[in-house]
Amino acid sequence: MIQSTSALISSEDQTHIQVDNLTLRYGDRLIQENLNFEIKRKDIFVIMGGSGCGKSTLLKHMFGLLEPAEGDVRFNGVSLWQQELETRQKMMQRFGISYQAGAIISSLTLAENIAMPLELYTKLSKAEISELVSLKLMMVGLAGFEDYYSSEISGGMLKRAALARAIALEPEVLFFDEPSAGLDPLSARNLDELILTLSDSLNTTIVIVTHELASIFAIGSNSVFLDAQSKTMLTTGDPNYLLKTSKDARVQRFLRRGDYQQPKETI
Amino acid sequence: MGTETKQLQWQENSEQTVLNVAGTWNFEQGLLDFAQFKQELESKPKLTHIVCNAKSLGPWDSSLVSFLIQLESCVDEVSYQNFPSGVLQLKQLAQAVPNSQTNETLAPRPSLTERLGLSVIESLKQCMHFLSFWGECVLSFVRFFQGKANYRRKDFLYFLYDAGPASLPIVTLISLLIGMIMAFVGAVQLERFNAGIFVASMVGFAMAREMAAMMTAIIMAGRTGAGYAAQLGSMQVNEEIDALKTMGISAFDYLVLPRMLALMITLPLLTIYANLIGIFGGALVSTWVIDVSWQQFWDTMLDTVGLENFIIGFAKSCVFGVVVALTGCYCGMISGRSATAVGKATTSAVVLGIVLIISMDSIINFVSTMLGI
Repeated sequence: MIQSTSALISSEDQTHIQVDNLTLRYGDRLIQENLNFEIKRKDIFVIMGGSGCGKSTLLKHMFGLLEPAEGDVRFNGVSLWQQELETRQKMMQRFGISYQAGAIISSLTLAENIAMPLELYTKLSKAEISELVSLKLMMVGLAGFEDYYSSEISGGMLKRAALARAIALEPEVLFFDEPSAGLDPLSARNLDELILTLSDSLNTTIVIVTHELASIFAIGSNSVFLDAQSKTMLTTGDPNYLLKTSKDARVQRFLRRGDYQQPKETI
Repeated sequence: MGTETKQLQWQENSEQTVLNVAGTWNFEQGLLDFAQFKQELESKPKLTHIVCNAKSLGPWDSSLVSFLIQLESCVDEVSYQNFPSGVLQLKQLAQAVPNSQTNETLAPRPSLTERLGLSVIESLKQCMHFLSFWGECVLSFVRFFQGKANYRRKDFLYFLYDAGPASLPIVTLISLLIGMIMAFVGAVQLERFNAGIFVASMVGFAMAREMAAMMTAIIMAGRTGAGYAAQLGSMQVNEEIDALKTMGISAFDYLVLPRMLALMITLPLLTIYANLIGIFGGALVSTWVIDVSWQQFWDTMLDTVGLENFIIGFAKSCVFGVVVALTGCYCGMISGRSATAVGKATTSAVVLGIVLIISMDSIINFVSTMLGI
């Protein structure tokens, strides 16, 4: 919300989000275990891995939709899961979330969708809300689309509208679930740039699930790699650095689209 | 710093007009009233160039960006000093894509006669659509009897189970209660004429000819018809129906046929069952409220209620089976591609189903009275 204060209190390198020994399960089925990593303030953190390895599930555990089987997620050192429900919901108000399919509510116009969090959590007047809504739509390049319904706009516009709703309350952390899936390369790139600009100027920490390699290298400043077979994380770090230094064949094959031969071991 | 609220201070010297932007700009504490600011601006001598200075700016957010964009729209030239790069970046981002949509002119609202005409044309179109849907179904049945229809037997068995055995509990409950209610109402009135025993004829006649078929059909419209509309509507949303079409599989054979067949078989059977249960409910109340034995009730009913009444009730239920299945599938197949549209499809399946059931019932009653059955 007020970026500069939070930036003043915390130095740039401070840990913002800490994932502690997290285990994810659906009922009895184990999805991922032993997840430990840190996200620094203003990072653009990429969660990557093959299809079905639990990337979206991990994200949902981080923003409070699913309760972890074990472990915890801390924001500025404050545990998310050891809170009372009310306190947790207060914390969750500081998150902006953009879902995989946009999740723009189909019975409301775009303006009403974006106005919803503002109406719920602020005491602003109708005129003030509509001014902010228009500004948010302008920022994502959808000026003038206030009165459209989600069924009347294209997939790329839907993703941008979802982004506008996610930044409505000027969150501290933005979570994206596959923001560029299903978009053409140019739109995907534009969306990447939009995310970069927003994070840069709003001082937001961004957590993003994606398997678009181009996006991963273009915007990711840190990452975690999940593996479906071993059901745990293989590595964490800057994706560009991982590409150069990781010795793990699975990570290399992913980052090089399968174009990787394991070096022959010297005896 | 940063605790005082947002401030704007004018500072004028011979060379330029400076607007000092200071304090905390937090949108949750309200936005700046721009209309008021504009008045203040217009009260000054005409300004063409304003320098905005942010050297004592505290924490900020998009409320500041919003203000700057509005300021730029009413002053020819604005330049910025000491602004954090984020503010200017966000401002540029918001101004990057011009507002392309507002020029769209809305068509004037049509006059009353025009709207009436349009709605008549629209309903005629819908009638045609319904008829062509009906035609497709008939064709699909023809293919079925020729053994050429492409459907899965497993689906058919599932729908048969869902519309038949799985509906038994609710049909039992409702028809038992209907039979009991009629017996209560009838017994009290008939007792006054000392004709209490004829409650058997009344319950038997009403169940056989009317209530069993109608109540079962209405239950199935709410239960199964609505279910069909929701299933097919969601398949429409997921593009599953398109996928079937492109694979060369007729959506009618694959989706509509098994559903219609299942309801057309189970609804008459359920109606026979509802008859028995309803009459049993009537007998239960009669033996309890007035002095009639089970045997008397049964004999009187068989004596006075002819078989033709049961046959008419059965015929009705065959028609209702088609009606419920048809409206459910039709509303589902024409559903739009959003969550709201699926909800609408489900609602109209139930409403259309019940309206058609009752109107068909009246027509059949009218015809059978004319024929003297």
